[in-house]
Amino acid sequence: MSEDVKKFLYVNRKAPYGTIYAQESLEVVLIGAAFDQDVSMAFLDDGVFQLTKGQDTKATGLKNFSPTFRALGDYEVTKLYVEQESLDERGLTLDDLQDIQYEDEDDDYEEKPSIIVVSRAQMADVMADQDVVLSF
Amino acid sequence: MATLHTVNKSPFQNQTLISCLGHAKAGDSVLMIEDGVYGAMSGNAMSEVVAGMGASVKLYVLGADVAARGIDAGRVAEGIISVDYEGFVDLAANNDRTQNWL
Repeated sequence: MSEDVKKFLYVNRKAPYGTIYAQESLEVVLIGAAFDQDVSMAFLDDGVFQLTKGQDTKATGLKNFSPTFRALGDYEVTKLYVEQESLDERGLTLDDLQDIQYEDEDDDYEEKPSIIVVSRAQMADVMADQDVVLSF
Repeated sequence: MATLHTVNKSPFQNQTLISCLGHAKAGDSVLMIEDGVYGAMSGNAMSEVVAGMGASVKLYVLGADVAARGIDAGRVAEGIISVDYEGFVDLAANNDRTQNWL
């Protein structure tokens, strides 16, 4: 990567439909993806609820934006850090989340998981390793 | 390499301050602003939690937001430094990044 590539982290701490934060975060990530930066997303606290599978918003009239997470790999957003303690506190496991994958162009386009489960301490390390942190 | 964290929610409303303090690294700075300043008060149900979890970081509070809420400056907990807007700018400038906890 060239020197002008910066590490951007989008921090998600809100559940998906009660407020507009989660949807806005995705919009900004997709816009930002056009700038060829090193983008990661973090999901902690209620943010882990954004990634649950089986979301069905039909009866609410709200847009179900959860399939968008599975398209992030096409925009080279391939690092979705999910905090283990936040899952535990909410009675969730990795099985409750969508299976989000990307095609690794450096490895014969093999499909690999985008979700990286990390401890709270590891999440703190991820945050401290960024040039820019944007919160939602 | 250190981070300035800002928190703008009351710790009696949600877990934002707790989550921030749980992720801040030793040597980081945490600045309580807007409704976050309620987390800087002494003698309430959160004071010991903040003092304990915040022991390894530098704690600041924005004095203008304290005054706006009618909190006497003497109620700001010991060890928490009150800064003005210029101090806020200095904190942002003297850290490698700013992370806002919403």
